[in-house]
Amino acid sequence: MWTWFYRLASPPYVYGVAATLTPWLLAGAVVALGYGEGVGLFFAPADYQQGDAFRIIYVHVPAGWISMFCYSTMAIAGAIALIWRIKIGHAVAAAAAPIGASFTLLALVTGSLWGRPMWGTYWVWDPRLTSELILLFLYIGVMSLRSAFEDPARGDRAAALLGLVGGVNIPIIHYSVVWWNSLHQGATVAKFGKPTMALSMLVPLLACFLGFMLFFGAVLCMRLRGEVLNRERQAKWVREAIKT
Amino acid sequence: MTPRRKRLYVVLGILGGVAASVALAVMASRENIMFYYDPSQVAMGKAPVAKRFRVGGMVVKGSVTRAPGALQVRFVLTDFAHQVPVEYTGVLPDLFREGQGIIAHGTLNSRGAFVADEVLAKHDEKYMPPEVAASLKNKSAVKPAGLAPAQARPGVI
Amino acid sequence: MGGYARFVWPSFAVALIIFAWNLWSAGNLHAAAKVRVARAVAMALKERT
Repeated sequence: MWTWFYRLASPPYVYGVAATLTPWLLAGAVVALGYGEGVGLFFAPADYQQGDAFRIIYVHVPAGWISMFCYSTMAIAGAIALIWRIKIGHAVAAAAAPIGASFTLLALVTGSLWGRPMWGTYWVWDPRLTSELILLFLYIGVMSLRSAFEDPARGDRAAALLGLVGGVNIPIIHYSVVWWNSLHQGATVAKFGKPTMALSMLVPLLACFLGFMLFFGAVLCMRLRGEVLNRERQAKWVREAIKT
Repeated sequence: MTPRRKRLYVVLGILGGVAASVALAVMASRENIMFYYDPSQVAMGKAPVAKRFRVGGMVVKGSVTRAPGALQVRFVLTDFAHQVPVEYTGVLPDLFREGQGIIAHGTLNSRGAFVADEVLAKHDEKYMPPEVAASLKNKSAVKPAGLAPAQARPGVI
Repeated sequence: MGGYARFVWPSFAVALIIFAWNLWSAGNLHAAAKVRVARAVAMALKERT
């Protein structure tokens, strides 16, 4: 029963699976993003209050979601690697960090570009905005900690620990708009009950979510292959693998 | 003590340090983390005196008056329990309108009016096409925009 | 296109840059790792002869 789990921990197997998955994930991302972003930009109706500027939602909200989802992936992979000494976990965590950092940056920049016309400011020290900025610093911290050690194994462990500790920030980001009076509006989709969005706007948004997830999966697989090769440089299977 | 053990303690030490500093930062910022105060909190004297703070509420319908030929605006903010008069000189955000949730940054003056130097518009988490909003309004089912969550929980931590 | 020009297009442009960077960077990481392994293999072969 556990064989699939052990196989997942084997670098050559992961290297091969990631190679097989990548084109499918990329193709799915192209379709979902093409539909979602296209409809969101050109066919969804303008918002009753915000007009056309609300269309920034089609990049901002999925980017924010990926920034948190990617962090959870990284923290959990790091925890698995720490607890069960499964080295592939560190490779997944190392592959996830730069992707997450880039999507956090995207969420911050697009949020800023949305805030200017709607709120009247590019930036305020609001709980939601501040905790998302801390998320970016956490990603940068995890990446630099990993490379700060001469011994890569120690760097991996230190990065995994910081990733785990920083995990407290994830619920803080999500609930910041509930716990504190905030300029940022509350959740529209990720909450109990009906999403407070017209269906003609919601369907492309969900497609964008899917597209961002698939793209994240594809890029994670691509990076994971690079990480595995770098880490398994001495292994015999690697020499076989790069011949093809 | 084996070197391995030593390393474990070093890591645990770092971990403890990080946890302690996070806890301290949270404690320290607990007072300031509140992004804005409700008019009720201002009325009850919970807002800081002689210090800049933010007040958030809904612009009362029909309360906006503009000084002719100047950028000065006066309006009244409400959280449906208490009201705060606001004076502001400057350019208002696009979303500023009567019945809209806004947040003003400034100080209370001696007459109990809030003198703002920055006004931010808050929008809610509802998104819909204008036709839908209009038909909802006709059925008078639409709630005033913005600040609904804060209004539901007056005086949150 | 009134509301589009000032903030919507820049947002989508930034998104495009982030997406492109991710693809480029991931491809680059894998390619560089491959080159490194190939070099190590070549070195090992040279030592043997």
